[in-house]
Amino acid sequence: MIENRPILAVLTHLVLILGVVIVVFPVYLAFVASTHGGGDFLRGLVPLLPGPNLFANYEFMLTEGLTTAGAPPLWIMLLNSLIIALVIATGKIFISILSAYAIVFFKFPFRMLAFWVIFITLMLPVEVRIMPTFKVVADLGLLNSYAGLTIPLIASATATFLFRQFFLTVPDELMEAARVDGAGPMKFFRDILLPLSRTNIAALFVILFIYGWVQYLWPLLVTTDSRYYTIVMGIKRLAATADAEPQWHLVMTAVMLAMLPPVLVVILMQRLFVKGLVETEK
Amino acid sequence: MASIDISAVKKIYAGNVTAIHNLDLTIPDGELVVLVGPSGCGKSTLLRMIAGLETITEGTVSIDEQVVNKKEPAERDIAMVFQNYALYPHMSVRGNLEYGLKNRGTPRDEIDRRVAEAARILEIEPFLDRRPRQLSGGQRQRVAMGRAIVRKPKAFLFDEPLSNLDAKLRGQMRIEIKRLQRSLKTTSVYVTHDQLEAMTLADRLVVMNAGRIEQVGAPIELYERPATLFVAGFIGSPPMNLIEVDYLRGRGDDLKLPEGTDLCGVRPDTIQVADPGEPSVRLDATIELYEPIGGESHLHLRLEGSGQLIVAAVPARTAVVEGATIPLFVRIADLHPFNRDSGRRTD
Ligand SMILES: Nc1ncnc2c1ncn2[C@@H]1O[C@H](COP(=O)(O)OP(=O)(O)OP(=O)(O)O)[C@@H](O)[C@H]1O
Ligand SMILES: [Mg+2]
Repeated sequence: MIENRPILAVLTHLVLILGVVIVVFPVYLAFVASTHGGGDFLRGLVPLLPGPNLFANYEFMLTEGLTTAGAPPLWIMLLNSLIIALVIATGKIFISILSAYAIVFFKFPFRMLAFWVIFITLMLPVEVRIMPTFKVVADLGLLNSYAGLTIPLIASATATFLFRQFFLTVPDELMEAARVDGAGPMKFFRDILLPLSRTNIAALFVILFIYGWVQYLWPLLVTTDSRYYTIVMGIKRLAATADAEPQWHLVMTAVMLAMLPPVLVVILMQRLFVKGLVETEK
Repeated sequence: MASIDISAVKKIYAGNVTAIHNLDLTIPDGELVVLVGPSGCGKSTLLRMIAGLETITEGTVSIDEQVVNKKEPAERDIAMVFQNYALYPHMSVRGNLEYGLKNRGTPRDEIDRRVAEAARILEIEPFLDRRPRQLSGGQRQRVAMGRAIVRKPKAFLFDEPLSNLDAKLRGQMRIEIKRLQRSLKTTSVYVTHDQLEAMTLADRLVVMNAGRIEQVGAPIELYERPATLFVAGFIGSPPMNLIEVDYLRGRGDDLKLPEGTDLCGVRPDTIQVADPGEPSVRLDATIELYEPIGGESHLHLRLEGSGQLIVAAVPARTAVVEGATIPLFVRIADLHPFNRDSGRRTD
């Protein structure tokens, strides 16, 4: 629809700007809060301009943290979150691309059954199966470990499904040409399928990294040792101090830092998306 | 280089679809055989069984006197050119040409030499570093050919390689394929349903129908002496007219036809408007449509009496008018006698 009336242009811009403001304002407030000193919030009014404590707050939180709230320094939690998000994202991609490959390119008994079983697990996200999963992880002695934090989250029907849909669009003749050219199944996967899936992998990586980063319930359940705290659950602990006012400026500092990695991942991977959109490979 | 032997081969797909019934065919070393036939007659199936992309239900396929039924495509040492080229989209043209050689562990200098040679023969040197999507259809087609010839395989297998090109380019590539195959002398099997392509390319033409071979022979043999009604109708454009013997009797000179003949095939270009002065039959027909197509003209005619529609190909500027009823002549020697029930030629 192409309309050329200035009043419409103004209106649409207004709507868009309003939307942006609604989304960005809380983030701005968090940022402002993270630059103030401790007492500035007790009045109940949130200042709208940045304060002088930017570096002090960030340095304090990164290196020492709020030990009174039982939380380790932020860098430990950030590192934990990073490890967990990376392991979950790569693990999910690794497993789902292989299972999609098996389902699409090989004929074995109960192939469709296998696919549907994987697909049905879409109905069972972590939250639904959390008690049995917790029991299994606990029995395996994986509480308070990276394995316990990541493995139960790795199996992924969504990613398998997405890769399957993509593989179905790869022409059979391509695989046949590779067979004639002497490429066995693994060689075909490595030399042809994997490079063709590059942009899909990048897109999924972003989504799955953020999925791993924002995990809250599961880390809360399986970690009691503060060495394994993740940033997202850590924020909750920072805010929920028992007998004192929450130190909002420090909580907001943690919030800002927690937001950073996902934003970075999106920004960095965005270039790959655009590339993938511009040059269609097939 | 090698011969290909197909012996009593049968293909039954899942769901009991018999695509090939007991087929025998021998392709001598260096020959270009074209498989032609209507859609669904099993051409691709046969080719893919030779390639090893499809299992063989019964019978044996041998390449170079070795039974290859159980061998992987790569072990059969054949190269295949696909209809949509199936180039690796993420590799450069050079990468596409090299891939098969690399997988075979060919030494680097040998790879470079062969790629350079193939690129020179096919005139794709300027594109070696481009991706397939940056090439035109014709150029992609050449790259697909290049990928086949760098391998120096025992046989080339083509599955309708030109059907995605426009008519003019198809003509050019057809000539190039023929020339290439002549100079390389590599045994080739070429599948097409374009009969012009089939006629011009083939050393030997195999006409298939419903999973069986109807006739094998040099293209011109098949044109001049089609063994079955199917071949008669399939080879030649416009197709052969089939006229009842009973209709022909008593029109013109005495008909002496072999026992069992009840249909006569008449090629459109053997129908003449002037009496040839040789033993011939005379048909009277009304001109329904006059189609000048350049070098010749096609007359769509309705036969007096039977009302059957036939087509005649006459010299370009034959003076006739639509709607007129004219006498036409066919030399008796030009009639192709058939038996309708057996579908076979009777002489
Ligand atoms: N994978 C398959 N499973 C079942 N039936 C098949 C399969 N592939 C082909 N067929 C059947 O086998 C028969 C021969 O198919 P084939 O592809 O060999 O025909 P074709 O001569 O190459 O036709 P076209 O000119 O349309 O390419 C057809 O009836 C087809 O429906
Ligand atoms: Mg086919």
